[in-house]
Amino acid sequence: MPVRARPLSPHVLIYRWQLGNTLSILHRATGVALAFGLVALSYWLMSLAGGQDSYDDAMRVLTSPLSLLFLLGWTFSFWYHLLNGVRHLVWDAGYGFERTPRHVSGWIAVSGAVLLTAGAGFWVWHGATS
Amino acid sequence: MSLRSPLGRVLGLGSAKDGTGHWWAQRVTAVALVPLTLWFFIALLSLPALDYSTVKAWLALPVSSFLAVLTVGVLTYHAYLGTTVVVEDYVHGAGLKVASLMLLRFLYVVFGGAGIFAILRVAFGS
Repeated sequence: MPVRARPLSPHVLIYRWQLGNTLSILHRATGVALAFGLVALSYWLMSLAGGQDSYDDAMRVLTSPLSLLFLLGWTFSFWYHLLNGVRHLVWDAGYGFERTPRHVSGWIAVSGAVLLTAGAGFWVWHGATS
Repeated sequence: MSLRSPLGRVLGLGSAKDGTGHWWAQRVTAVALVPLTLWFFIALLSLPALDYSTVKAWLALPVSSFLAVLTVGVLTYHAYLGTTVVVEDYVHGAGLKVASLMLLRFLYVVFGGAGIFAILRVAFGS
């Protein structure tokens, strides 16, 4: 059998790190994080259906410092996965594959997610303190 | 000469046996989730407070409960499609893979079902 140079998948240890693969990994990671967020959403909705006492208990759990950290993470994941998801849909439609639009849209997704997360965090914090 | 049967060619399902079904469903749910999740996020943050009576009164409105059921339903399906691929990619060994995929499916039915049940319970009163 002749040995042919077949295409290989990227070798993780020697693969040159770049924007494209980082954002791709981040898209999957935020997606998995959001799937876990579904458990929290379900818990919150069930507590609401359970009445005043169960809702108050759930809100105490969900506003603990650790939970707020998770909620902040889920908020970022939500915005990033949404913005980068739209980026993927544009690619699926056949546009934006060139180097410049690819990089510009990537940075828009990241910075947009950071800004919108900060905005949402400020909005909630402002509402809770005023 | 192709060895594919005429029937196989017409069905176009390929070796994975489900053709573009998974890929397409992921895109359709993604498009649907853009307005749905934006609505849910903004509506929730627009409430004057997140106390029991405010949230309950909001979710009990027909428009809110209807859209919330759609949001949780489509979200669950989209999450199922996405994390199924993650499990298929990283969990190796036929037995463990099948068990994980089955467990994943059960969990989505449980948590998605619980979310929708809770919304309906609030919508129709208890």
